[in-house]
Amino acid sequence: MRQLMEGSEAIAEASIAAGCRFFAGYPMTPFTELLESFAKKLPAVGGVCINAESELESIGMAWGALATGARAATGSTGQGIALMQESLSEITRAELPLVLFHMARGQSDYFQATRGGGHGDYRHLVFAPIDVTEATHLAQEAFDLADRWRNPVQIYGDYLLAHTAEAVEIEPLRFEALPPKDWAVDGSLGGSGRARNINPIGMEKGRKGIEPEPFWKRLQAKHDAMERALPRHEAEHTEDAELVVVAFGTLARFARYVVRALRREGRRVGYFRPVTLWPFPSDALREATGSARRVAVLEMNAGQMIDDVRLALLGSRPVVAIGGISSDSAGFGIGPLLDADNVRERVEGALAGREVAA
Amino acid sequence: MSTRHEGLPANARQVGLEKPALQYGVDHDLCPGCGEPLALRCLLETIEELGCAQRAIGVIGIGCYTALTPLMDIDLVQALHGRAPSVATGVKRMRPEGLVVALQGDGDMVSEGLQEVLHTAARGEPLTCVLLNNGVFGETGGHMTATTVLGQRTKNSLDGRDAAYHGHPILIADLLAQLDGTAYAARASVHDAAGVARTKRMLRRALEVQLEGRGFSFVEILTMCPTGWFLPTAQGPEYLDRVLGSVHVVGELKREGRFVPTAQLAQGARAS
Repeated sequence: MRQLMEGSEAIAEASIAAGCRFFAGYPMTPFTELLESFAKKLPAVGGVCINAESELESIGMAWGALATGARAATGSTGQGIALMQESLSEITRAELPLVLFHMARGQSDYFQATRGGGHGDYRHLVFAPIDVTEATHLAQEAFDLADRWRNPVQIYGDYLLAHTAEAVEIEPLRFEALPPKDWAVDGSLGGSGRARNINPIGMEKGRKGIEPEPFWKRLQAKHDAMERALPRHEAEHTEDAELVVVAFGTLARFARYVVRALRREGRRVGYFRPVTLWPFPSDALREATGSARRVAVLEMNAGQMIDDVRLALLGSRPVVAIGGISSDSAGFGIGPLLDADNVRERVEGALAGREVAA
Repeated sequence: MSTRHEGLPANARQVGLEKPALQYGVDHDLCPGCGEPLALRCLLETIEELGCAQRAIGVIGIGCYTALTPLMDIDLVQALHGRAPSVATGVKRMRPEGLVVALQGDGDMVSEGLQEVLHTAARGEPLTCVLLNNGVFGETGGHMTATTVLGQRTKNSLDGRDAAYHGHPILIADLLAQLDGTAYAARASVHDAAGVARTKRMLRRALEVQLEGRGFSFVEILTMCPTGWFLPTAQGPEYLDRVLGSVHVVGELKREGRFVPTAQLAQGARAS
């Protein structure tokens, strides 16, 4: 049954449908309602939601819950996620399947989401949903893929996604069976000589010292495999497009709307959206821009995703920025750029070959 | 490697030659005279004596003792420096039947992660936090921590810790003992055989409190670090007892709802 639900509540509902039984968080706009939803819903299904004393503890608690084999998540907004970076990189190396909900204040945390601010070599899958319905699907996939790859998955949302109410139906998705979590700690192997040690440095029981290099090389190979297997995108009207507009997340909804409208008017413009920000769908973007004379990047920041677009195209097409910093007075990322007429003006400018003042 | 000592009384156990059931071996890479292997042994023996080997889960911080954890034949989760109590909280909430023990040093628990242990205690999480307190960052080579006592020389307090310049040491057991969520808090020391026996008694009480679901339990264990104190190995136990032990006074600070502050323990009013 379709119900009118705010994005935050719908995402919590979808996560619980996917088996999430542990959540810890610290309030922060626009993430707060996600914490509220988990606090309200998890106890009813035998789960646990802890109001952590800081984001450092939120992610620590999720780390412990994950180590027991439970499906667990945490989240925050960019500032809180910044505090979590040390744990995020270590959790990745400890190969724990964290799902991280990043309800960002706009799009200026693209670098944080895709490059991260933690130490060492690590990568995680990043989904950027365009709307609430897609978010309910990607949240469920996030739990499955995190377990499948034993690697954190981040959902990059924003104020618009968290606070927009849409009519959605939470359809539990079906996934292929996963291997048993024989790595999880339950205490049962104590004294057997085979007790487990979940750690990020290649430490093994009964062997003194650590061997990080082979361990980290194995992780690198896994991340390389993820980079090949997981890129995902959405594209429309790119076959004969002279200009392809690249946008991500909720802002892409404005870009898609404008491109469809311009197409109806016969303008040769296409639309491309990375659904995964890491791995960036570089091959698909090269293909989608085969006929394009220019590629326009619409993002609500000083220019971050544009680096990935340029890396994907390797100088084969001119790449122009048509977005820019855009914010409301509170800094929550609800800026004048979130407006179809504004976006249309920018896309038309790029079609005409004009430079756009950000 | 331990060697057999001659001339011991007939009933004396030379524990260094005996391998506890939950330890892979007795050989380790820590410095001669270090108190941490002793403290670890006390913990593993207590877990075994309680019959909890198959339900114990350790959450380990970062310090010299981290190098000992491959010796521990119980399930482990390696946490970040300062973060073991929150990780242990997540473990315990999802495995309430587990015997969950977080192990941290003084730099880890009291310097880097002070708020973690305080909030875990305040929440009354039914798990046990164990602090190995030697008053220095041993792993980096003897630097000042939040528990370094006044006058103690470290590599970054070369003339001794000065209250006016470096601030005062934190008596972490006192902070924890006065929180309502804390059911048991005690301070032990492994500087001599009586101290080792008392350490095990305190660990046992703390773990029993957890098994009975009575709330948060805490044991601080003072350990020797002659390397980090720049002392000949053999002087470690005496220095520990005299210098650290006169500030971080051994005793039970919280038991059966009664809070006995360190100041009172120092006056000889011991709770045990």
